Amino acid sequence: MAKAKEKSPEEMTYEQAFEELQQIVASLESGKMPLDEALKLFERGQTLSERCSALLEQAELRLRQLVPDEAGEYREEELDLEEE
Amino acid sequence: MSQLSFFGRVARTWSVGDLTRYLRELLEGDFRLQDLWVRGEVSNVSRPASGHVYFTLKDADASLRCVMWRSDVVRQRYLPREGETVEAHGRLGVYDAAGQYQLYADTLRPTGEGELFQSFLRLKEKLEAEGLFDPAKKRPLPAWPARIGIVTSPAAAALRDVLHVLRRRFPLGEIILASTAVQGEEAPAGIVAALKALNRHARPDVILLVRGGGSLEDLAAFNDEDVARAISASIAPVVSGVGHETDFTIADFAADLRAPTPSAAAEIATPDRLELARSVTQARQAQQRAFGLMLQERRNELRTARAGLQAASPRAVLANARQRVDDFGLRARRAVETGLALRRASVRGLAQTLRAVGPAAVLARGYAVVQLQSTGAVIRSVRQVTPGDPLKVSVHDGAFDAVAGERSAE
Repeated sequence: MAKAKEKSPEEMTYEQAFEELQQIVASLESGKMPLDEALKLFERGQTLSERCSALLEQAELRLRQLVPDEAGEYREEELDLEEE
Repeated sequence: MSQLSFFGRVARTWSVGDLTRYLRELLEGDFRLQDLWVRGEVSNVSRPASGHVYFTLKDADASLRCVMWRSDVVRQRYLPREGETVEAHGRLGVYDAAGQYQLYADTLRPTGEGELFQSFLRLKEKLEAEGLFDPAKKRPLPAWPARIGIVTSPAAAALRDVLHVLRRRFPLGEIILASTAVQGEEAPAGIVAALKALNRHARPDVILLVRGGGSLEDLAAFNDEDVARAISASIAPVVSGVGHETDFTIADFAADLRAPTPSAAAEIATPDRLELARSVTQARQAQQRAFGLMLQERRNELRTARAGLQAASPRAVLANARQRVDDFGLRARRAVETGLALRRASVRGLAQTLRAVGPAAVLARGYAVVQLQSTGAVIRSVRQVTPGDPLKVSVHDGAFDAVAGERSAE
């Protein structure tokens, strides 16, 4: 098990949270760890799954666009085309 | 049909119906007339309530009646307009009632599309031969398209359709639009630049190249060689969604995946939010199950351990020892008892033997023991007795007194 995972679920992207959640499931399923560690993992897994669900609920598509500048390069800008 | 000679024959008189049928069979029997393109200028267009379309194609020399049935009319991207030069595809037939031959048209295109289509085929063949469409070159789409590049016109309905699908399915994504004209002179260069800019500056996980439906000419930019090469050279996999279901463009062949429409491109490229929610639920349930199982296992282990512990505790050892002592005691007692019994039995045997050889048994057979009353001595000889001596005579069931009489020797 990777131990560098003390990242707060609040700061995680869906992808990160879900990946760690799956690792936790796999670890718990292997069943080879002290009970207190398992409990910690389980609780973190619960938090992560809540984080994932919340992200799915609240996510809003971010719109950006590439805009050419004078130097012939491009930069990213917010895209706003909600004229509907 | 009567025949007079080899060289001449009497002209037959036909009925109009027979003749017309004969002509129709002639026309319909000629395969060249059953699958043909005719070019001409449209005139006399009429579109009655039936939905069929009637028109005439003409040029400087002649005119041709044409009809297109409603079932074909609804499939057309392009309908004939007065005065335009078009190419019509269909078969020649005869309309018996009017005595007219005519073209039963099934497809119409503006003049020039024929050449466009030819060059389309030539380009497709060329790029195919170069291996540009090689299935082995197709890149797999990412499972998680965090950044989705879109190449299209910001004004296009296609963009709205794509964003609509993405909001519904995958609002976690980030969209980077590289806008370009998708029609007209500038379009091919614009599309190429947009693809390059996205790959270089935005590094998207996938690129959607989309445009709504249109005529073959409208879609020309997507049949452009440079565009095809830019798609093929793209670092990010490209999903094309150009036109309608039935439109195939060179861009479609060059893309890593062809979607029939812009909306479909957005669907193919993204995971569905509902699906994701389902897998989160599954993962949550899986970890609850796994943790529950682990607890259960630990409980079982504990139970086993406790049983082991009890077996090894001092009390248990003591109890065990005690029992062993008890066992020994029992065995000892048993051994002693067994020895006693044996001995008892042998004593009993001896007693029997004794009894068999002892005086009692002799007496029982009728013998008697005679003793001097005075000394108790057992009389074995006449010489021990003096007449008048008091005697005790023992028989097997008792004794009685007697007195010695006269002695007699043998």
